Amino acid sequence: MTVGFVMMCHDALDRAAQVAGHWASHGCPVVIHVDRRVSRARNEALVRALAGHDNVSFCARHTCEWGTWSLVAAAQTGAARMLAEYPEVRHVCLASGSCLPLRPMAELKDYLATRPDTNFIESVTTEDVPWTVGGLDSERFTLRFPFSWKRHRRLFDGYVRLQRALGYKRRVPAGIEPHMGSQWWCLTRQTLAAILSDPRRAAFDRYFKRVWIPDESYFQTLVRLHSNQVESRSLTLSKFDFQGKPHIFYDDHLQMLRRSDCFMARKIWPRATRLYDNFLSGGLADQNRAEPNPGKIDRIFAKAIERRTRGRAGLYMSSRFPKPGWENGKTCAPYSVFEGFGDLFEGFESWLHKATGARVHGHLYATDRARFTDRQKIYAGALPDDAGLRDYNPHAFLTNLIWNTRGERQCFLHGPRDVQKIGDFLADDPNAQISVISGAWAVPLFRAKGDFSDIRKEAARLQQIESKHLESLRRITVNARVRIWTMADFVDSPMEPLQTIIDEIGPRTPRRLTEAPQMVDLTGFGQFLQNLKNQGMQPYLMGDFPSGDVVDAPLPELRKPYLVK
Amino acid sequence: MGVLRTYLLRWQRKRWLIRAFRKRRELARRSDRTKAIGAGDVLLFATLRNERIRLPYFLKYYRDLGIGHFLIVDNGSDDGSAEYLSDQPDVSVWHSSRSYRRSRFGIDWMNWLLRKYGHGHWTLTVDVDEFFIYPFCDTRPITALTDWLDASSIKSFGTMMLDMYPKGPISNHRYGEGQNPFDIAKWFDSGNYSIARNKTFGNLWIQGGPRARMFLSDKPERAPALNKLPLVKWDRSYAFVSSTHMLLPRGLNLVYDEFGGEKASGILLHAKFLDTMTDKAREEVGRGEHFANSTEYRAYHARLKNDPDLWCKWSEKYINWRQLEILGLMSKGNWA
Repeated sequence: MTVGFVMMCHDALDRAAQVAGHWASHGCPVVIHVDRRVSRARNEALVRALAGHDNVSFCARHTCEWGTWSLVAAAQTGAARMLAEYPEVRHVCLASGSCLPLRPMAELKDYLATRPDTNFIESVTTEDVPWTVGGLDSERFTLRFPFSWKRHRRLFDGYVRLQRALGYKRRVPAGIEPHMGSQWWCLTRQTLAAILSDPRRAAFDRYFKRVWIPDESYFQTLVRLHSNQVESRSLTLSKFDFQGKPHIFYDDHLQMLRRSDCFMARKIWPRATRLYDNFLSGGLADQNRAEPNPGKIDRIFAKAIERRTRGRAGLYMSSRFPKPGWENGKTCAPYSVFEGFGDLFEGFESWLHKATGARVHGHLYATDRARFTDRQKIYAGALPDDAGLRDYNPHAFLTNLIWNTRGERQCFLHGPRDVQKIGDFLADDPNAQISVISGAWAVPLFRAKGDFSDIRKEAARLQQIESKHLESLRRITVNARVRIWTMADFVDSPMEPLQTIIDEIGPRTPRRLTEAPQMVDLTGFGQFLQNLKNQGMQPYLMGDFPSGDVVDAPLPELRKPYLVK
Repeated sequence: MGVLRTYLLRWQRKRWLIRAFRKRRELARRSDRTKAIGAGDVLLFATLRNERIRLPYFLKYYRDLGIGHFLIVDNGSDDGSAEYLSDQPDVSVWHSSRSYRRSRFGIDWMNWLLRKYGHGHWTLTVDVDEFFIYPFCDTRPITALTDWLDASSIKSFGTMMLDMYPKGPISNHRYGEGQNPFDIAKWFDSGNYSIARNKTFGNLWIQGGPRARMFLSDKPERAPALNKLPLVKWDRSYAFVSSTHMLLPRGLNLVYDEFGGEKASGILLHAKFLDTMTDKAREEVGRGEHFANSTEYRAYHARLKNDPDLWCKWSEKYINWRQLEILGLMSKGNWA
């Protein structure tokens, strides 16, 4: 008792000959189907190459086209020939010319000998497969597909739409329930013979001729009629990408394929010489042999699909440039923006760095240059601090910075004195944690010496900018995590908000703030605001400061810590 | 994309093709081995001038990748480049003494040769200082990539040009014939690129890197474009529009994904910043044969006189393609 292979070839015939010869010389009969589109010369070369094997034969040729009945017809012809010609065959595997056996034939024979009545064929109902391409799953079986998808895509699509619009549906023949699965199967003689000699075969064939991709459903469906022993998996390792094309194996997959313990793999790149040399050499016998375990390969290909469809969040590069709204993460990691804090506190940057361990920059969008941490001229990723380059593409500047510093939390200061072009981007970005003390921009003005009418003008300008910015942060569509306090509220009890922000930033938590940042001396600030008012300007963003000097310097006493958790 | 726009682009493409056809007269065959081109060969097209010292490594690099034949236009070299190339068994050489600028920086000549010899082949159009890196290039030949692209019905493969530079002043290191330029210029900027979409042609416009950082910070819009489409399954109806930055028909420029995913892409390592370039820059400024009236070159030249050091402590040292992948400069896409 042995296993036979029906091999479907259309190109790389030299490799097909190599593999068929390997099987034949290990006592496994091979029936080869060569696509009729292959030229006579190439076909004859293949026949000649295998002439030395008496257990290799060639069956009648069909013209094969992907997704059509021709592939099933070819498989039927080959399988019938196999059953008729080689009575010693108990299992029949359907293979392609780009399959490669990964384990010695003896092991496959043993494996099948201990499971004499088991059919290995992936066979699941349409509701259960996630991998159909183009939205055609159950419709594969209820619409008609007379046009070639490869050659007449428009007709194909148009006819599908037409049938949908008319509500047309084919009736599935009584007694069968459509199943789908990988077209590479291994069936027992008994099951295969039953399928091929079924009295209703003509009716089934007629039905499946107009099913979409019948090679993934013909045997997969009919096996359920004729056998109870279906092991719904393929012995051939075959992976598909998101467009339904098979992944290809190369020389550098050698170790992975060895460790997969699968019996066969497809599809192999014809010029992967190392793979062919290794797996056909016969030196494979002395390895530990377990059940097929393609887990690692699965993961690699699953990751490839994920990369192709979702990509790396926050990355903008030559082959990934998402339209607005499709970024799946406008930036690659959370970061914090502090507005007003630098004005209200002395040495806020170093305090924040100490409290959280995060990287704290100054005003990244300052008008003269980007103030990186420690005022470096160039920062991670060789990002220069030049304002011209930054403002040429302010979004790229930020997304680059966040990408370049993956793994480290970034914080930076922002305010109405800075270039404002990044404001809307921040508001839209779910990764942004924005904390605003509104009106704090007035503090440096209050401490400045100079002509009061200039100060008044500047205050009016800054207030206008910030008020516009706050408006955009308060829109209903904002995705950022935004907190806004008026300066008056914040000065009244600074520790609680600070604690909240820091808890949100940090891996270093849970930790209580022991040291508060040093607030600037606000004695006389109320009077300063009153002076602005007296000059006809209404400072409203900072909340209510009494005109007298009620603000006690520097800070109220530290409160009793509250317990997070 | 309105019908009118499509129509105008079609005319523009025809114009470039006619122009290439006219310019074919400027090319004189010097050594024609194109009969040796096999059906499945990947072909390399290049224009050069006085690059003799770079040629041995250039040819070796691309032969190792699996290039089948080289088709090269020699634009009036006087350093023996043409003679050297004529002696190579897999190189065909054309000679032109006409203006590089008026052939649109060699692109008209390239378009002509591509149309004549590239039809139906995978073609790689590069400069002599550009070295193509693609996913798995250390374990798979370029035909593995082109076979995969064919199987995936992809016709063009996008890259970003990555300027490589040495540590210390450029003239500190002497480049020797046959040497890997990236033994010297092994540093690059990993994350200071800015990207915009070109609405007319559909391509991305990438700028940045050390040239923008060092030489053009006051005129960032003049910084050279780094997006390139070197690898194309050529059809005689295609035409490069401007260097290898853009192609027509415009669908070929869509080598990036717009819905969050990553397409497979590569890198062109740019070995420009070697000690050979200071002489070169002086010569090019004299000839006025480069882009935008050589503003780019004039700006360099001004700075190069001071023999600048492009290296900074955030510069990244080149290891291999996997490093570039992790840094997000290229992607494996769904090739695994």
